[in-house]
This record gives sequence, structure tokens and C-alpha cells, in this order.
Amino acid sequence: MADLAVQQARKGRAAGGVSRFLHNTFVRNLSAKIAAAPMIATVLVVFIGCTIWTVWYSFTNSRLLPTGDFVGFQQYERLFATARWNVSVWNLVIYGAFSLVFTMVFGFLLAVLMDQKIRFENVFRTIMLYPFALSFIVTGLVWQWIMNPTLGLQGTMRNLGWTGFSFDWLNNPRMVLFALLIAGLWQGVGFVMVLMLAGLRGIDGEIWKAARVDGIPTWRTYLSIVLPMMRGVFVTAVVLVGSGIVRLYDLVVALTDGGPGIASEVPAKYVYNYMFGAGNIAQGLAASTMMLLTVVIIIIPWAYLEFGGRGRRS
Amino acid sequence: MSDTVTMPAGAPPARHTSTSSDPRGPRPKPFFTPKKIVIYSILLFASLYFLFPLYVMITTSFKTMPEIRWGNIFAPPIEPTGEAWHKAWFSACTGLTCNGLNPGFWNSVQITIPSTIVSIFIAAVNGYALVNWKFKGSELFFAVLVFGSFIPYQVMLYPLVMLTREMGIFGSLWAVILVHSIFGMPILTLLFRNYFAALPVELFKASRVDGAGFWRIFFEIMLPMSLPIFVVAMILQVTGIWNDFLFGVVFAGTQNYPMTVQLNNIVNSAQGSPEYNVNMAATILTGLVPLFIYFVSGRLFVRGIAAGAVKG
Repeated sequence: MADLAVQQARKGRAAGGVSRFLHNTFVRNLSAKIAAAPMIATVLVVFIGCTIWTVWYSFTNSRLLPTGDFVGFQQYERLFATARWNVSVWNLVIYGAFSLVFTMVFGFLLAVLMDQKIRFENVFRTIMLYPFALSFIVTGLVWQWIMNPTLGLQGTMRNLGWTGFSFDWLNNPRMVLFALLIAGLWQGVGFVMVLMLAGLRGIDGEIWKAARVDGIPTWRTYLSIVLPMMRGVFVTAVVLVGSGIVRLYDLVVALTDGGPGIASEVPAKYVYNYMFGAGNIAQGLAASTMMLLTVVIIIIPWAYLEFGGRGRRS
Repeated sequence: MSDTVTMPAGAPPARHTSTSSDPRGPRPKPFFTPKKIVIYSILLFASLYFLFPLYVMITTSFKTMPEIRWGNIFAPPIEPTGEAWHKAWFSACTGLTCNGLNPGFWNSVQITIPSTIVSIFIAAVNGYALVNWKFKGSELFFAVLVFGSFIPYQVMLYPLVMLTREMGIFGSLWAVILVHSIFGMPILTLLFRNYFAALPVELFKASRVDGAGFWRIFFEIMLPMSLPIFVVAMILQVTGIWNDFLFGVVFAGTQNYPMTVQLNNIVNSAQGSPEYNVNMAATILTGLVPLFIYFVSGRLFVRGIAAGAVKG
């Protein structure tokens, strides 16, 4: 900003230049600037200001109130020495990996099936997408009821005579993440399917004709021509699903509340509990800074591909 | 989109595409080809997975507790009763109070309506300014805004608590409305920017020549032409805000919890033996508003999702 001012001032003729600069900066397009003020304020105060605040105070020993001394990486050392945090991170990695792969694969396969000029396409699409309109709390509670070990699916099957049937994932520390996965996929696959379907519809019909004339089998065409052409859609879907996974919170609260024990804890819940429950703000801030770091690591390669690539082409 | 099809490397040369000289016409296809049977079976099987929870929710909510304890979630209710619905709405316990979901419903309404209006209006004006009234730094602010939308909410949660506390609105509906307006801004601004950018620029220029200013062009030229995008934005915001849990639980204060928070309290409160029929009725009640919007808006909902997804 200061540099600009100096440049502008040099370019202008003494005092007249300065006043023109002030005029350009503040008065020109004044209505537009006033209209954009909420956006500018949000960017400066919330997205930049709050983020810097959080990172800064994660290096203090604030407990009930965000005051306190600068303690370097002490909060982070403590974070990674806490079993609950490590379990949370590990859970998120496992859940995230499965969730990402399954939503992409199922979303794409369903979109391919939906693209086969089938009848009742609208009906199928409605059925697959309606869970996406529901909140994670609703999703979590419905599946909590279905997976209820005594009265849900397991109890029903046993009552019907299949006494060996077992579906107690909510009480089983090793399977509870897959219970989350079933509910998460139920909510989100339809969304990815719709994105993919839009992507498939955007591909020129000539390409299909050409491939058919050349005798390339359909699956080959999908794999080596259509998939690469849909790169943009895939990247968008991965970024959206990915940043959703990092935020995973409501679903866990409603379905398992982190249990059994700490078997389904996730980072977002750790942050919440330390900030608003345990009264150890700096610890929560350190944990949320780690979440920020994760998202930055997801976003940067994407931004590079999207914007860096576009810049080179033009 | 240009007419020329860009082929990936190794794609067949273009002369092969002339299929019109093909001697055979399209053969009439029988409906039950093996391929069709496989496709429909898979789609039907997938539909079962998606529909099963809805079926279970509805049937459970009409059962009596003895019937539920009998233990068959597949069975339809033998003697359907609306008692669970009545209790879920009027008298189920959400924490300390036992007034059912209906206060939560009204809180959600009071949160959703102003948040939706404010965020859409701000975003529409921003999008319009970004397209037609660019100023130094406007693109940069916008880029930061879009990137900021990927920052996990948890990172900005505590500073926002302090900020709203300073403003004296923490623990009231206003805080929730403010937070929703802030976090709705990036996607909506993007949506409106792209929409306004696609309108013919001559319209804007002509009205400038006629002497219309910033606001007059916005209200008299731009707004009347942008009904479709307003509907899409409205669908995105209403479903998004209604379904929120985190901001409600942090910013609203106990008296003002939105429906999602109350629902979670009804189901996951430890006292007494759980009444699954009431829980399921409450769950459906909470999902009714977004489901209603989804079914009424149909294709527009899909468009809203696709539009909201093209970030960046």
C-alpha cells in the first residue's frame, strides 16, 4: 500500500497527484466500496484476523481466558502427547481415506449407471440425493437407531431366527468408524453422484461415437478417455468432500459421541471440548491450528493445479 | 464451448466420426437386455440403502413402545398412533425443560429467515460490485474470501465468540444470525458474481449512459433479471442454516437452541429409558423443512448444489 502511494505521488505533479490518489482510493466508485464493505470487513476481521489470532494464542498457556504467557510449542508438545488427540487424528485419517475413496468410486459408478438412458432417472436421482438435504444430526440419529444392538437391525435379524447375526458396530471399538462411514456415505454419495453426472453430461457425444467406431470397449472409453476429461469435476469433488471430512463433527456427536471410550473421537470434537468444556483454550487453539494446517495442505496443491495451470495455458 | 472437440492424445482421428454412412439403421432394442437388467438391479439395490432409513424412521415413529420392544424394525406399525409425534412436538425433554421441539422450531425459523435474507442481499450486492464496479483490490479480497471458506470453522470459532461477546450479542439469536451471514458469504458471492458476469454488459453500459447510478442499476436492472439465481441461493442457505448444529450450540445460548441442537438433546439425554418412537418422530420433524424444500424445488436443488460446488 505504502509503495503504491509513493509511486502514485511521484507520477503525479506534487500536491495535485496526492489528492488525485486519495480521490482514486476512496471516492471513486464510492457506492461500490460501501456495498463491498461487509465483504471487506469479513475478510479482514474474520478470515484473516481470527485465523491469525487463533494461531498466535495457540502459543500461549491461556486456560479459561485467552490471556497468558508465550510458551512456544508447549501446547503442541502436549497435544501430540495426548492419547485422545492421537486417536482422533488417526480416526480421521482412516475415516477420511475410506470416505474419500468410497464416495468417489460409488458416486462415479452410480453416475455412469444413471447416464445409460435409463427410465425413471428422476426417481432414482431423488432417492439418492434426498439424504443430502438432511442435517448430519438427523443422519446420525437415524443410523444410531438402525444400529441399536438390541432393537435395531441386529435384534430384528436375531428375532427372525438368524441368531448368529451380528451388527454391533456402535459398541465395537474396532468397527465404530465403519458405522460412521455407512452413515456418512448415505448422506454424501448422492451429492458426488450429481456432480459426476453433470460432468458426464458435459462430455461431447462425438467422443463416444468416435470411440465406438474405433471399437474401443465401453469400460476402456470410460477409463482412458472420459475419466481424464472429467479431471476438473473430480478435483472439485475431492476438495469439497475433503474439506468436509476435516470438519467432521455433527455426525460423530449424533451417532457415537466419540464412543465407545474414545474409539470414534475426531479432531473437531477435541477442539470443541478443550475450548468450551475443559477450559483449556490454548490447547483447543493448538488443535484447531493443526486442522488449519491440514486444510492448507489439501488446498495448496488444488489451487496450484487450478490457478497455476490456468495461468500457464493462457 | 467451441465447436471443435479437443481430443486427448491417442484419440482416434476425426474422419472416423462420420457414422452417418453406416449401412445399418439403429436396431430396435428389446427392453430386457441383460445389460439393462444388471443396471436396474444395481440401481434398485442402491435405492434400498438410501430409502431404508426413511422407512425405519417413519414406521418407528408411528409405533408404540411395547411394539418397538417386540423388536422388528422392518415391520410396519400394527396399530399406528400419532402419540409419539405429539410428545416430540409438545412435551419431550430437551435438557432441563420439557416443552418438546416446538420452541426449537421457532428458534430455527427466527435464525433462518434473517440469516438467509441478509446473507443473500450482501452477497448479491458484492457479486454485482465485483463484476461491474471493480476497484483496486476487489479481486484480491474476493480471492481471500473464497479461500477463507475452506478454513475449518473451528479455527475461527473462539475469536468469534470473543467478538460477539464484545458486541454484547453472544448467547442470543443475533450472534447466530451474524455468524451464518458471515460464513454464507463466500459461496453466495461466487454464485452471484458468476451470474452477473454472464449477463450482457451492454445492459449495464446503456443504463450508465442514461445516468443511472450504482444502486439504481442494481435494483432496477440487475435484480429483476436474477430471480433464478436468487431461488438457488435461497435453497442453499435455508437448507444449510436449518441443518447447522455447531454455530447453534456455541452461539445461541441455552434458551435459543435451534431445532437440531434440541433434537440431539432429546435423543442423547441420559435420563430414563429412551423412547425410540418419540426420538424418530422428532428426527423426522427436524428434517421436514429441508426435505420439503428439496422435494418442492426438485431440479433447482440439484442446480443449487452444482452451482455451490463450482468454487474457485
